[in-house]
Amino acid sequence: MTKEEEITLRKTACKVRIGVLTATHGAKAGHPGGSLSAADVFTYLYFKELNIDPQNPKWEGRDRFVLSKGHTAPGLYAALAYRGFFPVDDLPTLRHIDSYLQGHPNMDTVPGVDMSTGSLGQGVSCACGMALGLKKQGSAARVYTLLGDGELQEGQVWEALMFAAHYRLDNLCVIIDHNGLQIDGPNEKVMGLGSIPDKLQAFGLNVFQIDGHDFQAMEKAFGAARQVKSKPSAIVLETTKGKGVSYMEGQVGWHGKAPNDEEYTRGMAELSAQLAELEAV
Amino acid sequence: MADVKKVATRQSYGEALKELGALHNDIVVLDADLANATKTEIFKKAFPDRHFDCGIAESDMMCVAAGLATTGYVPFASSFAMFAAGRAFEQVRNSIGYPHLNVKIGATHGGISVGEDGASHQCCEDFALMRSIPGMVVMSPADDVEAKAMVNAAYEHDGPVYMRFSRYGAPVIHDADSFAFEIGKGEVLWEGTDVALIANGLLVAETLEAADILAQQGISARVINMATIKPLDEELVLKAARECGKIVTCEEHSIIGGLGEAVCAVIAKHGLPCSVERVGVNDEFGHSGSAGELLRQFGLCAGHILETVLHLFRQPIYKIT
Repeated sequence: MTKEEEITLRKTACKVRIGVLTATHGAKAGHPGGSLSAADVFTYLYFKELNIDPQNPKWEGRDRFVLSKGHTAPGLYAALAYRGFFPVDDLPTLRHIDSYLQGHPNMDTVPGVDMSTGSLGQGVSCACGMALGLKKQGSAARVYTLLGDGELQEGQVWEALMFAAHYRLDNLCVIIDHNGLQIDGPNEKVMGLGSIPDKLQAFGLNVFQIDGHDFQAMEKAFGAARQVKSKPSAIVLETTKGKGVSYMEGQVGWHGKAPNDEEYTRGMAELSAQLAELEAV
Repeated sequence: MADVKKVATRQSYGEALKELGALHNDIVVLDADLANATKTEIFKKAFPDRHFDCGIAESDMMCVAAGLATTGYVPFASSFAMFAAGRAFEQVRNSIGYPHLNVKIGATHGGISVGEDGASHQCCEDFALMRSIPGMVVMSPADDVEAKAMVNAAYEHDGPVYMRFSRYGAPVIHDADSFAFEIGKGEVLWEGTDVALIANGLLVAETLEAADILAQQGISARVINMATIKPLDEELVLKAARECGKIVTCEEHSIIGGLGEAVCAVIAKHGLPCSVERVGVNDEFGHSGSAGELLRQFGLCAGHILETVLHLFRQPIYKIT
């Protein structure tokens, strides 16, 4: 990846974060913390990795993305909007009555959403079904799914991972947003996860562990994952919850709370400054 | 009906899948380590590359089915009713029902006639659970002929379908050559004017037997096979209520949330003066025993249906003047 391309992705990620703030502020609800920790991977997926066509969101040959941690819909919606699936101006209607931007992703109403999710642990199983179907059809399309770290406490995740390894779904890439925080506190206090990479490896996945805010590292890991044959890949992203907005960073309280007017203004000022800095590079 | 051929509808399910699989390449079958019991092994033998065992993981299986449906396959996801509708309820609700995906759920071992396994495996709540999901079609066939036709109809239907089959043999009451099945349409097996018996599954044959005895006692019973619980054939229920004034519903399910309550809701909505009695499992768990013993003990038999009808005739009749 050239430096220029990296800067472009970082600028886009900044816009996605602005979208997250705009959407959750507009909704007066939603989940900014996990949307911001995953903003970089949303950006990487929708602006670099995925083979998709915003003009034809149901194109059969497209790569699929399943947001298994469906509560971070604001991050997904922002990436989809900036990628051209629907107007960026619609983001503030998130969670409003009669808006198509439901609180959790709805594949029937939002262009570009490949699976309705929200109940943790289910998206990864759905992604397995998609990967199996595409593989059987001889399609070159790949399936990506993003899980939260707390989500790994759902038993179904491990049922799905067994399935993925058993059926050698090498067209499946399981991404974990490891920001270390969940609603009730740090993962290790709520329900210890131990070593996530070790567990994933033991379940038969090819595991990469990288800095989840480093596009160069993402390019290497996602590129290598595409080359892995006969087993699914997992990419564990080490991230900071609330990344990009100083008062949200590392703060568990921002898991599911919207910024008020003052906080929104401050956050937007920070992100605009970051964007301006990148524009000046 | 001792001489009548009996077939467990789980067997019909397996055979129908195989026949349908030969015609349609988009059919895939999922099972959760019960292919031998749900009879999807019949399909598996014929089409091994289109049968996927998900291991003992019903929740995962339902969502895998949802994912497969998004790629254009028509998955039939199979397990016992207890695990398909019970354990995986939330997966069926959120990953299949909410996005209205084209998944067919084939649930075998429904009801108390599971027998010896006991209460943990006797699912008498599946109609209630599945009926509550918007857009879900819920059906239970009376016999082999209807079960096979139902599997075909489920494939042709665009959207989620729940089908409940039995472990216990059901007398074959339909003629395979002349039978036609339509989702959402009840079937009048016997005409009658004094009372309507509305049943499904194993209890249809029991209802016919009860009607036969009632006829000998001068009571003309209409027998309706209501294989589709949702969407319910409201027209047929209303017609029965108007013309007979008395209804007895019969199902191998809790009296809470199943066919009986669905029938009551229709009659109440239209304010018809019609008495309804529900024959079913009375808000209690089952226990081990042979299927035949259990069905008799829990009143899911011709004798108890007969008693219920006669009881209804002893009640003061409410009339609008």
